[in-house]
Amino acid sequence: MRVSRRDFLGATGALAVTGSLGAVSAFAQGKDILLGSVLDNSGNLDIYGKPMVMATTLAVEELNAAGGLLGRKIKAIQYDTQSDIALYTKFAQQLARTDKVDVVHGGITSASREAIRQTFKRANTLYFYNVLYEGGVCDRNCVVTGTTPAQAVEPIVDYAMKKWGNKVVVLAADYNYGQITAKWLQYYIKERKGTVASTDFFPLDVADFGSTIAKIQQANPNFVVAALVGGAHMAFFRQWAASGMNKKIPLTSTTFGVGNEHLALSPAEGDGIVIAGNYSQEAQSPANLEFLARWKKRFGDTKIVHEIAVSQYQGIYAWAAAVKKAGSLEREAMLKAVESGISIEGPAGTVTIDPKTHHAALDIHLMEVKNQKLTIINTVKQRPPADTAQYCDLIKNPNDNKQYEVKI
Amino acid sequence: MKVWPSIGQMRWGWFLLGAAIILVWPAFFDTHTPTILLVWALFALSLGLMWGYAGLLSFGHTAYFGLGAYVYAIAVVNIGESTVPLLLAILIPAIVAAIIGAMMFYGRISDVYMGVITLVVSLILFKFMSATAGDKYAIGDARLGGFNGIPGFPVLNVPGLPDVSLFGVPMYYVAAVALLGCYLICRWILARSFGRVLVGIRENEGRCELLGYSVPAYKTAIFSISAAMAGLAGCLFANWAEIVTPSVFSLRSAAEVIIWVIVGGLGTLVGPILGAIVLGMLKLLLSEQTVIDNSLILGFILVVVVLAIPRGVVPALQYWFGRRARIRTQRSAHTRARRRVAAPVRPS
Amino acid sequence: MDYAAVVILEILYMISFIALVSAGLAVVFGMMRVINLAHGEFVMLGGYTTLACQRAGIDLWFSMLVIAPIVVGLVGLIVERLVIRFLYGRMIDTMLATWGLSLLLIGIVTLIFGSSAVNVPTPIPGYQLGAYQMGGYNLFIIGVTIALYIGMWLVLRYTRLGLIARGAMQSADVASSLGYNPRTVYMVTFTIGAALSGFAGGVLAPLTGLLPASGGGYIAQSFIAVITGGSGAVISGTLTSSVLFGTISQIVSFASGPVLGDIVMLALAIVLLRLMPTGISGRFLRNSQ
Repeated sequence: MRVSRRDFLGATGALAVTGSLGAVSAFAQGKDILLGSVLDNSGNLDIYGKPMVMATTLAVEELNAAGGLLGRKIKAIQYDTQSDIALYTKFAQQLARTDKVDVVHGGITSASREAIRQTFKRANTLYFYNVLYEGGVCDRNCVVTGTTPAQAVEPIVDYAMKKWGNKVVVLAADYNYGQITAKWLQYYIKERKGTVASTDFFPLDVADFGSTIAKIQQANPNFVVAALVGGAHMAFFRQWAASGMNKKIPLTSTTFGVGNEHLALSPAEGDGIVIAGNYSQEAQSPANLEFLARWKKRFGDTKIVHEIAVSQYQGIYAWAAAVKKAGSLEREAMLKAVESGISIEGPAGTVTIDPKTHHAALDIHLMEVKNQKLTIINTVKQRPPADTAQYCDLIKNPNDNKQYEVKI
Repeated sequence: MKVWPSIGQMRWGWFLLGAAIILVWPAFFDTHTPTILLVWALFALSLGLMWGYAGLLSFGHTAYFGLGAYVYAIAVVNIGESTVPLLLAILIPAIVAAIIGAMMFYGRISDVYMGVITLVVSLILFKFMSATAGDKYAIGDARLGGFNGIPGFPVLNVPGLPDVSLFGVPMYYVAAVALLGCYLICRWILARSFGRVLVGIRENEGRCELLGYSVPAYKTAIFSISAAMAGLAGCLFANWAEIVTPSVFSLRSAAEVIIWVIVGGLGTLVGPILGAIVLGMLKLLLSEQTVIDNSLILGFILVVVVLAIPRGVVPALQYWFGRRARIRTQRSAHTRARRRVAAPVRPS
Repeated sequence: MDYAAVVILEILYMISFIALVSAGLAVVFGMMRVINLAHGEFVMLGGYTTLACQRAGIDLWFSMLVIAPIVVGLVGLIVERLVIRFLYGRMIDTMLATWGLSLLLIGIVTLIFGSSAVNVPTPIPGYQLGAYQMGGYNLFIIGVTIALYIGMWLVLRYTRLGLIARGAMQSADVASSLGYNPRTVYMVTFTIGAALSGFAGGVLAPLTGLLPASGGGYIAQSFIAVITGGSGAVISGTLTSSVLFGTISQIVSFASGPVLGDIVMLALAIVLLRLMPTGISGRFLRNSQ
């Protein structure tokens, strides 16, 4: 076994402490546990990243206040990637090679995840990706606590097709999230004998949807699914409402609300959009109310709390639960703990890590935007990541390392 | 006759000192960040050569940097061994630049329009590459990937030995050798009559034309050479980042390299290199803090430099030291025969 | 049939959009031969001014039509006094300084408003056109743009200010020998150009939403429209290139998608500049404004 310099120091540090008169402070044993994060705290994706950075800070502070892990304090090393993919690779290298962190929680867009996932795999640094995404990542080194299409897309399709009919127009962001999500949409719609009238992809900087809206009207679908991402795409929801289409054709979205888009639209513009996800601030569960109270105490404003901030928070707690179970930070012990089916109670309900896929079973709400709030229509407890489970079994193939896409 | 002190006058002492610092650096410090600084320096050098000496400003030099990066990634995914992709990453930007350059220069397009066209070329590449996420956008085995870019391609290897990849410190040396090599090539170009004609074109295009030089041919040639160097820098960038995304073509990176060159100093080769290293360093340090917005500082620097030291830091220092040196020489030479002191050159 | 009307309206909207965001840049470039790369940020500032006023409870129409141009005009005046006036006659330096300025303005706005997307409500509801639902605000933008260009033409053609401006444009030396200080003319022109940009930003804010970096999207389009239009005749040149680019990019958008629309427009600009190195107006519209 290769002994790194830091392991060695840690071991001698621990020896020194046990060799002395015994630990006095709770944090006396060895060095801090290092938790790395790479998130966009500035630039055009900071609408997603800022609350995630705050959630990381909050979770680490809470864990430390409760005595840390394994008697050691947790130290968060957070880098701002400025919505620039090149900085993701840079800071991932830095976290894995220079800082030698014990775990990384980070990455927002699927592009950023794919830019850093292999770096952590090569460096044997455990990696948690805590964001809703297009599903299919099968990698033993990677744990995903966000929702996948089987969890957050299928319920929308199911609900909307029953309610409005089976002709659908799909609009999606033009990168791997949108491309693969669009395939899943097509899969779920076809499964229910529906038709996809058209699928259009938009690069993240497109902000003029005039021709698109006219084309949708020509196709005249029963409803529209928007898998749009980022600040520029917000313009679609505005132009949709400005033309009065929000009164004519129902709109659903796989991403709306994740960046608190419902707060940026007026009630008249946003009302009626149907979405599905793991978290709504309106959930009246004690866990959520207490979480919001703690957030308020630490940061003041709770308005900006969104699903993926909560995912990040839950991801860190899931990791903490695995550390406690493993009783060590050693990689194999950690992976065994992850694969023992750990489960935690988070603000958005129970999070259970599925040993086969390293994805999470989550409580999923079907929601509708009403008066700038995400009101819950119904809730399914512990919906499994069935899409990824179709392809991925890390117990059988621990060396699998790819992202599966649905074949249509 | 030393009319052009900045050409052909190679200060070997300084060069060897700089080379020595670059080459012994890995013995003492981490090389990950310095590698990218050297790559950026090479990119700035490529623009500095063309802009500072031939007076041609390409507003979208990222087009060739990005092309180098993409060509390398696409080729290496298909071929597997990195020697040919590396050569293609130099060659293809050079060819593209030669075509665009010929189109512009033989069309007698003025400076401003040249700025527009080069900018538009990189905008087109940016928009196109951002829109290639679908499965159908693939060249051979390489999917272009749109906004995601192309991750996980093989990095450079020792020529002929695909399994011996150059990674970490060897990669740093590759970047260092590329930078020093290109610097020497630039010096060599400028010391030859080709370089002198370029400076002549910068100073007075009409006169060069009347002397019988084909101005468009010279301009196209230097544009193409500069694009080749930018392509090499882009290829090295791809190897450092291990991913290529459309952001290599972005307006922001186009602005950055111009800022490095003008802050460092036009009409010198060391200026752009130092400008890129110092400001690149600053950019990376700034991203470890979130108090002040990054673009605010870059913008401020650019405005101040254009207003206060329009010639850049290095020429300003050279001028300053040069004047002092001349005053000393004048004093010592006072008792001897009168000596004509060359007037300081103003790079435009 | 309805669909054809929809397509035509969208084309008209795109033409108006390009003409509107280019107006400020066209005035500054045409009169002063200064290319203001912070132009997109002036437009963006107009939008944020409207947003701030609207949040402060001021009437939306008043904020976008009156306050936004005034505020951005003042910003333009300050910029001219502090930066631009030292750089007249140095075209590349001006471009670089205004580029720096644009980064600076993005940074400042990010500090004040944050970099998340924000929105101004749309004050005009949609309407029915045959079987289609259309944005009413688009019609307003088409109307505003037509009014703006008619206004600009009238000012240049029939007022004393316009006469001086045209004179300074044709020959700065003659204008100055007649007692009109070109420096003052430049200062006023730059301020007016900035105000026009602020006006465009205010008017467009309800439709596009705002980001500190959204100026980048305007600069490319307006830069290309104005330069291709050429410096021979600012208004008609810019208008011609707006019509050309707007029509083509929107037709391609309908036929395939918005990305190809943009790419075709950019490629067309290169071809046009190669064929007409002095712009459209340098070639065809020599004797108009």
